[in-house]
Amino acid sequence: MTALDKDKSHLYRLALLFAAGFLAFLVLRAVMVPKGFGRYGHFRAGALTDIRSLPVSYAGRAACADCHSDIVDMRKGSLHAQIGCEACHGPLEAHATDPDTTKPQLPDGRALCLGCHLENVAKPASFPQVDPKEHGDAGPCTSCHNPHHPEIS
Amino acid sequence: MAVDRRIFLQETGKFLILTGAASLAFEHVLAGTPEAAENYHLKDHWWAMAIDIDKCIGCGGCVRACKAENHVPLEPFYFRTWVERYHVKPEDPEHPEVDSPDGGYGGFPERYSQGDGTKNFFVPKLCNHCAHSPCVQVCPVGATFESPDGVVLVDKSYCLGCRYCVQACPYGCRFIDPRTNTVDKCTLCYHRITKGLTTACCEVCPMGARRLGDLKDPKDPIHAFLRDHMIHVLKPEMATGAKVYYNDLDGSVR
Repeated sequence: MTALDKDKSHLYRLALLFAAGFLAFLVLRAVMVPKGFGRYGHFRAGALTDIRSLPVSYAGRAACADCHSDIVDMRKGSLHAQIGCEACHGPLEAHATDPDTTKPQLPDGRALCLGCHLENVAKPASFPQVDPKEHGDAGPCTSCHNPHHPEIS
Repeated sequence: MAVDRRIFLQETGKFLILTGAASLAFEHVLAGTPEAAENYHLKDHWWAMAIDIDKCIGCGGCVRACKAENHVPLEPFYFRTWVERYHVKPEDPEHPEVDSPDGGYGGFPERYSQGDGTKNFFVPKLCNHCAHSPCVQVCPVGATFESPDGVVLVDKSYCLGCRYCVQACPYGCRFIDPRTNTVDKCTLCYHRITKGLTTACCEVCPMGARRLGDLKDPKDPIHAFLRDHMIHVLKPEMATGAKVYYNDLDGSVR
């Protein structure tokens, strides 16, 4: 062994140390960085799948129309034709999935109407509004108006 | 030792191919299982919302539907979407009187009177799903992000609850969920829109005042809406790239 070789040995040890450190970094990085991090950006790609898999509560009007085509026909041409069914009947995904066990509650035929149609100066002037003290009696609105086709002909 | 050219090329070739294959295999191991193939492609969508101020009647249906769909705490200070009422004196448009009782959850009891010479209207608000979100920029861990289809989302399993983003949002659209101590915000009903449904708020809006739109879909009516109306976004001076587009937004709205 020459003197030169002997002097080199500490460099090899140093190189080995660096290599071990780099390896440890790679292993730690693989373990600690969540899978899919950075695939689409600086975030965990799996978060998109997590959020997408959350359950739905509102089935959407298309699901209602699958069975209740009579109501769809009744609403045609009325001012209420474009309103989503669940705007009044509440979230009904459970009913759409299993119509027999979950039944929707019939909404209150006065409080529900006034939720939209009660007079308020901040509402657009063209929107039909009533003062319940002047319009109709204290009974339910549905005794005169059909909520699925509210116009009185 | 003299190395034959043929052997040198063979060995180098083997080395290059093997390291390439090894690195590909390592990448595969790191990436985990690929997501199941579905017919929703992130690159084909760029979500936005159009809000027609002239149509909003302040019924609060959107606020109630949002809370029901997304299990937002019912206390009056947690909202993913809410409605504000503006009361503007024409001679002082810079200082509107704004109220939002319970975020508009139960509608708006009458406070003002007809014919007092003021301007009154409702403004529904929600996350603007900015293309250059200040909230995303400040997140120290990458827990909040702009998805490739244009929705600002929160990775709840990664959020520290440090509240930087709550302060950074110029629209006040974020809150800390007291149940998880992580941040919560409007997801534009990401779990619905990726299934072909509209958002809960748009689904129940009786006036059609809020409409979800896909800016990458050339057939989406949002293009006609943006073209045919006088459109404004909130705080354009902040250059957030807000994607909630308001028709007839009054200058007094903050």
